[in-house]
Amino acid sequence: MNQSVQIPISKETAKKLKAGDYVYLTGVIYTARDAAHKRMQETLDAGKELPMEIKGNAIYYMGPSPARPGCVIGSAGPTTASRMDKYTPRLLDLGLGAMIGKGKRSQAVIEAIKRNDSVYFAAIGGAGALLSQKIISSEVIAYDDLGAEAIRKLEVKDFPVVVVIDSDGNNLYETAAGAYEKKKDEG
Amino acid sequence: MRTVEAIEITKQIKEMCIEANHFLSPDMKKALETAAKQEDSILGKQILSQLEENLEIAGKDMIPICQDTGMAVIFIKVGQDVHIIGGNLENAINEGVRQGYQDGYLRKSVVEDPIERTNTKDNTPAVVHYKITEGDSIDITVVPKGFGSENMSRIFMLKPADGLEGVKEAILTAVKDAGPNACPPMIVGVGIGGTFEKCALMAKHALTRNLEERSSVPYLKDLEEEMLIKINGLGIGPGGLGGKMTALSVNIEAYPTHIAGLPVAVNICCHVNRHAHRVI
Ligand code: SF4
Repeated sequence: MNQSVQIPISKETAKKLKAGDYVYLTGVIYTARDAAHKRMQETLDAGKELPMEIKGNAIYYMGPSPARPGCVIGSAGPTTASRMDKYTPRLLDLGLGAMIGKGKRSQAVIEAIKRNDSVYFAAIGGAGALLSQKIISSEVIAYDDLGAEAIRKLEVKDFPVVVVIDSDGNNLYETAAGAYEKKKDEG
Repeated sequence: MRTVEAIEITKQIKEMCIEANHFLSPDMKKALETAAKQEDSILGKQILSQLEENLEIAGKDMIPICQDTGMAVIFIKVGQDVHIIGGNLENAINEGVRQGYQDGYLRKSVVEDPIERTNTKDNTPAVVHYKITEGDSIDITVVPKGFGSENMSRIFMLKPADGLEGVKEAILTAVKDAGPNACPPMIVGVGIGGTFEKCALMAKHALTRNLEERSSVPYLKDLEEEMLIKINGLGIGPGGLGGKMTALSVNIEAYPTHIAGLPVAVNICCHVNRHAHRVI
């Protein structure tokens, strides 16, 4: 099913999304990669506030290439999500609404997605040029010194993603290969 | 004896870094087009057509194909009748990478020290593999290597008794474990034999081969074809979202090895299998 979803996302909306759904995201998302996650963790450990509201928001695991003059952003595709797994359950328990990345997640993350009615989307890895065109605005809001790894606030329109892990814990990466096999046998 | 200015090498490397990050080689493009036709999963087909669109946008608007513009791996074959003047060769190469990544709006993804991790801010140093050859030309291949797929690469120090079956098992294990993380459809580079580092180098070099060519060694050619069929039966598919096209090609190189060993390296590359080649 192809559908449009607004970000920030409510738990009710997240609950309706099912692994395998093709979805277009519109709204505001925040970028963060390894270094930004490490810093957010340190910020929380120190009892301070995160640089952005986490409730209902989406984190996009992405560090863009530099923007050419006159462009909003450079190439902007997803990076491997599993490197963030160590930090993710805590953010989910704080209300993180959705994550956008590519690749597998740990069992601890899957459990936290279920517990918090969140959702993990995959964007197309290696389609950074195409995805950059779905980003209308980009602004560094924290950790400027991290360069490509700074936290950016992005405004996106019809940003294409696929639901990989839904709020029931269904995991498309686990089921897709099997489903493909089955279809092949039938067809 | 022919003389070549170091600055000429810098200029070529700079251009090749930019070229490789915006345009795939014609054989890679063709392999993606063929994959889109052969894919039978609907989602897989959709992903593959978006990858083609992505390539078009990259070339037209000069936006890197992927935001991970890689660590620059350079294969350079220097003819023994060439005399390089006006500077040190390795400095000339790194200067080319520096200029290419800065002027080409490419992402700087290299950290100075693997533990301290301070960004060098110009994507240097490159990883350079030299070879001295006959003649008076310099043959350069620039390979910007992304780490989503690099991280999923593996070395297996097999026993001679593991034989061909062991090699097949190793390749399938690496591909299965890589799954969606390596941005399939992948190119699978394999090195068999040599020593620990030699097999890894062959696996990396195998990624630069024209995809329309198969190994000239008959049993390796058969192995490449058999492994491609096996990999494409795994169901991982484009983006790891299920489908037929898990890999576009399996390229294998081999080298003599020790009586006691059977090293196998599997270097996985995503569909953004970049390389630019020039001869000076
Ligand atoms: S694995 Fe390749 S396509 Fe995927 S993000 Fe890295 S460089 Fe890009």
